[in-house]
Amino acid sequence: MRRPYLRPIDSLWWAKPPYLAYTLREAAGIAIAAYALVLLAGVICLALDENAYSAWLRFLASRWSLALHAIFLIAMLFHVWTWFAIMPKTMPRLVIGGRYVEPRFITAAGIVIAALASFVLLAIALWVRP
Amino acid sequence: MKRSVTPVFWLMFGAGGIIAALFGPALVLITGLLVPTGVGVNPAIMDYVHTIAFARHPLGKLVLLAVISLFAWHGAERIYLTLKDMHLGRKLTLAWLSYGSAGAVTLATAAALLAIGF
Amino acid sequence: MMAAESTAERRVTIEVLRYRPDQDTAPVIQAYEIPCTEDMSVLQALQYIKDHVDGTLSFRWSCRMAICGSCGMMIDGKPQLACQTILRAGDARPLRIEPLKHFPIERDLVVTVSEFVSKIESIYPFIIPKTPRTPAEGEYLQTPAELARFENFTDCINCMLCYAACPQFGENPDFLGPGAFALLQRYNGDSRDAGHDKRMALVHTENGAWSCTAVGYCSDVCPKHVDPANAVNQNKTNSALDFFFRFLPRRGRSERGA
Repeated sequence: MRRPYLRPIDSLWWAKPPYLAYTLREAAGIAIAAYALVLLAGVICLALDENAYSAWLRFLASRWSLALHAIFLIAMLFHVWTWFAIMPKTMPRLVIGGRYVEPRFITAAGIVIAALASFVLLAIALWVRP
Repeated sequence: MKRSVTPVFWLMFGAGGIIAALFGPALVLITGLLVPTGVGVNPAIMDYVHTIAFARHPLGKLVLLAVISLFAWHGAERIYLTLKDMHLGRKLTLAWLSYGSAGAVTLATAAALLAIGF
Repeated sequence: MMAAESTAERRVTIEVLRYRPDQDTAPVIQAYEIPCTEDMSVLQALQYIKDHVDGTLSFRWSCRMAICGSCGMMIDGKPQLACQTILRAGDARPLRIEPLKHFPIERDLVVTVSEFVSKIESIYPFIIPKTPRTPAEGEYLQTPAELARFENFTDCINCMLCYAACPQFGENPDFLGPGAFALLQRYNGDSRDAGHDKRMALVHTENGAWSCTAVGYCSDVCPKHVDPANAVNQNKTNSALDFFFRFLPRRGRSERGA
């Protein structure tokens, strides 16, 4: 006789290995959204008046904000790493010169380009003297 | 079965993700750490006069809108999927909360940028 | 001359999740203690149990060499082929064996595969030529570069380990899943095929590529390095671009999906 038994899934699968790493990767998105909210606050203060904007700048200089942005920075770097690690999966298999290009080369290329882009932005900020 | 509408959100997630990957670390470093402490940069680059001039320029508006809203849509997609994995609510509820928030952020940014004028 | 330790009998405890539909209301663990050697596979251990200890234990197996895809099961919580997994001889912990996760259990370690078979049947798993061909026209010609674009997807042995690995399949059993996508991409990526549009219709749905959240564990557990995660996720890109570009005129767009 047949009486198939379907086991219920573990509702905490996302919190345990090997899936925890995936959940942490997705958590980087929270930091990215939170940083956007900080910038939004700045733009709104900018739209209000100079006093409001100065208040936003003072918030940025506070210890809480500095600690928060240190966390954002770590999350951003983690995002760069995991983004380019997963990027090859979203592309068709790359074949150059008749041979398949391993994903790690695509990842490496992506990280190099990101490093260059961020470096250029950083260089502009460091160099500009208004 | 009909087409999913997810591609709309996925493409915005992708755009936000690429911008965050390319410029995110530098943006956070500059706006959140270097300028507030005055280390390495002239803090005047983000003072009221210069920032409002940037925000008044059409390209400046585009950059601010793109970064803020695409970061919000990127985060929204990931937060939606993670909350769904965690079974913290019905699919539709979580979708409205996540995407709705990103939509609100986009509208608020656009409104503020328009209020800043040209 | 063998060293003394390797001739001494080692024993290992194997805990198997059993289920007999005619007598059990729910699966139950049964432990067996058997002699083992360093090079014994989990499949050999199960065969020892069946041959010498408990003939009622049921499990699928065939080739013993990781090519038929029959012996997939959860070994210490990881989806693996039993024939390819060597016992941790000398390890004091019991080995836990359960049927593949996310599938209904028929009996003991045998799971229901009919849904999976329906899925791979549904994705048009055959070359759909651009124009009808006869053998008189000769073979298709394909360069090594064209082959390289889909060859890995031809290696799938339908073992279903990727489905046991995929938490989104666990959440949504209607998800087409990594294995079906590997086969789908095997054809969409083949230069001889022109059936891309038929297959993409399945990809665009909520149970198609959009159930996937890029966990990636499916590719980690695949015993043949097929990389099903790539099959699913590159089709997210295809589907997303098609969502907007479908309104453009068809002329000039390639029929091949690769």
